Amino acid sequence: MKDLGAGTIYTETVVYSPPEAYVNDVPYQLAIIELSGGHRVTGRVAGERAQIGDRVQFAEFRNNVPFFKKQS
Amino acid sequence: MRAVAVVGIGKTAFGAFPDRDLRSLAVEAGQKALENGRAQASQVEAFYLGNFAGPSFVGQNHLAPYISSAIGINGVPATRFEAACASSGSAFFHAASAVAAGLYDVVLVGGVEKMTSQPTPKVTEILAGAGDLCGEVRAGATFPALFAMIARRHMYQYGTTREQLASVAVKNHQNGAKNPLAHMRKVITMEQALAGKPIAEPLTVYDCSLISDGAAAVLIVPLERAAEFTDKPVRVLGVAQTSDNVALDEKDDITTFRAVKTSAEKAYKMAGVQASDIQFAEVHDCFTIAEIIAIEDLGFVPKGQGGPYSLAGGTCLNGERPVNASGGLKSKGHPVGATGVGQICDVVEQIRGQANERQVKRNTLGLAQNLGGSGATSVITILGAA
Repeated sequence: MKDLGAGTIYTETVVYSPPEAYVNDVPYQLAIIELSGGHRVTGRVAGERAQIGDRVQFAEFRNNVPFFKKQS
Repeated sequence: MRAVAVVGIGKTAFGAFPDRDLRSLAVEAGQKALENGRAQASQVEAFYLGNFAGPSFVGQNHLAPYISSAIGINGVPATRFEAACASSGSAFFHAASAVAAGLYDVVLVGGVEKMTSQPTPKVTEILAGAGDLCGEVRAGATFPALFAMIARRHMYQYGTTREQLASVAVKNHQNGAKNPLAHMRKVITMEQALAGKPIAEPLTVYDCSLISDGAAAVLIVPLERAAEFTDKPVRVLGVAQTSDNVALDEKDDITTFRAVKTSAEKAYKMAGVQASDIQFAEVHDCFTIAEIIAIEDLGFVPKGQGGPYSLAGGTCLNGERPVNASGGLKSKGHPVGATGVGQICDVVEQIRGQANERQVKRNTLGLAQNLGGSGATSVITILGAA
């Protein structure tokens, strides 16, 4: 799996009412991240909460889901 | 193309009905529509059914003939349409197009969903199947989460507030409390709406439509034959269906639904009317933000003004342009596959002047907007007094 690099939060939410597969994950932050180059991807934000416009850095894929972390 | 009229409507109550199965709900609505249109099952030349996920919710496939045969309609085409929450809107579009083209004269269009037999996380998962399973859904998106992300972006770009979102819920509950067939006939206050349990930020439980069981049906015929069936025909002036990408992250601007705009343009053109001519509407308020965006995309208000207009009361029952006088998906309920045809029944009732306490004053030109998923299907129907 490739490194998605850095990006910017286009939009985000924190999910409290999960689908069956993620009942143990709540609450979790879900976001659409605009990567450099303009392509958007839906992923999770781990750790500190990010808001629209915040810069985030790709961290890892977990079960094919891209996880990002807010840049400090 | 021939002019088409709605001559019969039938609705079940929307709600949680543990003792009712999918077929009995659909049959009840279908029989009511036939009776309302003074027609016999033997006259029906085709049956179009909208249903999103009967196979997942209750395990039953091959739904259209399963239902039509129980109504007494046999030997004619019976077909199920699936377009997420726009399933029965899509069935109606295809049925009306077939009657307009001269393929059939007497057609029954139904919509049904039986959702409450599954626990909420399972329902959430089945509904998420209307999104992109390989992308957003795998990452943990639910439908409330997708519309929450839409709401966040709308708030960011246009300054839409939590209070403006909540005003949609308060208004729709006020209307739904007057609707004997509504799922949640309960007035709520602004304070309650703002303090609701969070589902996906910034949306609370009061921003989300309900998980419901229910069915609706309409009988349509060529306008030239309408008098055989009813004294109060309602004309289908325009109907259009368009599509867009399924995944939210594939859309350039998530604060607007491109398919709603394109289908509305087509329907307005077909009807020979403009947005400003529409007197009242039933719109797809699966979430409060969806109603705000709907009134923008339909051209009722300028982009970004949906929130302030809602909070100011423009869409109230006695406002400038009543929206969701039925209570909408929020209060009336949202049995997904029944919603599109249910909206058409509600608009027809208004045009006939039969909406009782929910009756709008200016009632000769109404619109129904039915949205699938996060905007990948849109069906717009414009109805008028014949």
